[in-house]
Amino acid sequence: MLDKNGIAKRIANEIKNGYYVNLGIGIPTLVVNFIPNDIEVEFQSENGILGMGPFPFEGLEDADLINAGKQTITALDGASYFDSAMSFSMIRGKHVNLTILGAMEVSETGDIANWKIPGYMVKGMGGAMDLVASADNIIVAMMHTNKRGDSKLLKKCNLPLTGVGCVKKIVTNLAVLEVVNAGFKLLERAPGVSIELIKESTDGALIIESEVPEMIL
Amino acid sequence: MVNKKVNSIQEALNGVYDGMTLILGGFGLCGIPENAISELVRLGIKDLTCISNNAGVDDFGLGLLLKKRQVKKMISSYVGENDEFERQMLSGELDVELIPQGTLAERCRAAQAGIPAFFTPAGFGTEVAVGKETRQFDGKTYILEKAFKADFSFIKAWRGDTAGNLIFKGTARNFNPNMCGAATITVAEVEELVPAGELDPNQIHIPGIFVQRITKGINYEKRIEKLTLRTRS
Repeated sequence: MLDKNGIAKRIANEIKNGYYVNLGIGIPTLVVNFIPNDIEVEFQSENGILGMGPFPFEGLEDADLINAGKQTITALDGASYFDSAMSFSMIRGKHVNLTILGAMEVSETGDIANWKIPGYMVKGMGGAMDLVASADNIIVAMMHTNKRGDSKLLKKCNLPLTGVGCVKKIVTNLAVLEVVNAGFKLLERAPGVSIELIKESTDGALIIESEVPEMIL
Repeated sequence: MVNKKVNSIQEALNGVYDGMTLILGGFGLCGIPENAISELVRLGIKDLTCISNNAGVDDFGLGLLLKKRQVKKMISSYVGENDEFERQMLSGELDVELIPQGTLAERCRAAQAGIPAFFTPAGFGTEVAVGKETRQFDGKTYILEKAFKADFSFIKAWRGDTAGNLIFKGTARNFNPNMCGAATITVAEVEELVPAGELDPNQIHIPGIFVQRITKGINYEKRIEKLTLRTRS
């Protein structure tokens, strides 16, 4: 079974040389720490930077330089700044190659819910609806079950949706799954995780076509 | 050159009244029009509809207007960092419309560009799409979103000149350029205001035609919302 860093490490393997990548908050943020050295990637933050660098050292923080999570950041050589409309032109126009974001629920048809829990304070969708509606390549990073132990991979989402039919791949603490026509196709198991455990933890249709290998991390 | 310079934020806000719709720049607390917000608080103008990506924090940014109950409605994409906001929203004192961030930016840009509406995929199949016209293009469904209509846009830029030309800095740019010219009157406040001719025309982000009033702001606090540092190893 993986921890959050393990999920991030597995997702880092999906990033190819030359990619422009948008990372959501939570587990996706950790992916930065696992990018192989021989790969060139530019991170986009939707508040208006391409070429986002690491957090600044103390004393070098700049109130005019933050990421979409409102954290202080730095800009790498070759970075650029732009306005919000242009930022979403990059996203809606499919110029960003990969979007990695967290989710509360994903359905077997690729619907995603990650912005609102009825009865709780609603903070808003931020850029999530634009990102999921537009990107061709979306990976969801999340735990397979919620804090109560209920599956987050469902036949149908119970929570208000962020987008419909948009998720292609899911990396959880238990498995890597692909959303296909008939449901969640199991591609890989996390180290030490049995197919039985994945079956028990998945409410939506789970498709197991052949031998399911362990992830290579 | 048309002179857009006004000598104070008080003068810049001349004509702002109760019940107006205001557009305000910034992402979180980054690139917010601090001087305009302070002046709105001082004037005590009420029943405002505010269009801004976020709603500030309890004691800074738009949170200052919320605390004084000057805001009737907020149109934002993310409002998570403000207890007073939450209280007013849950008690029904404050009307809140949450919209996707890219849609918010484009509704500003459309207003600036004289485009009445546009189709976007963001929010299709969600509650955001309820009651909105949809249309298919190449097999994908989009929803129709309209340009904003507003009375004032309050913009924060880094440098500006007396002709109203603006240059932004870092990610403090965010929504600000899209909001210029998106309302009847655009007020820009800048950290540095220079005579026309001193800015390189090649470097200007927003031409002065989109700005009606420009003033030099004072006492910028530029608060950092989430100071996040790297440890030296």
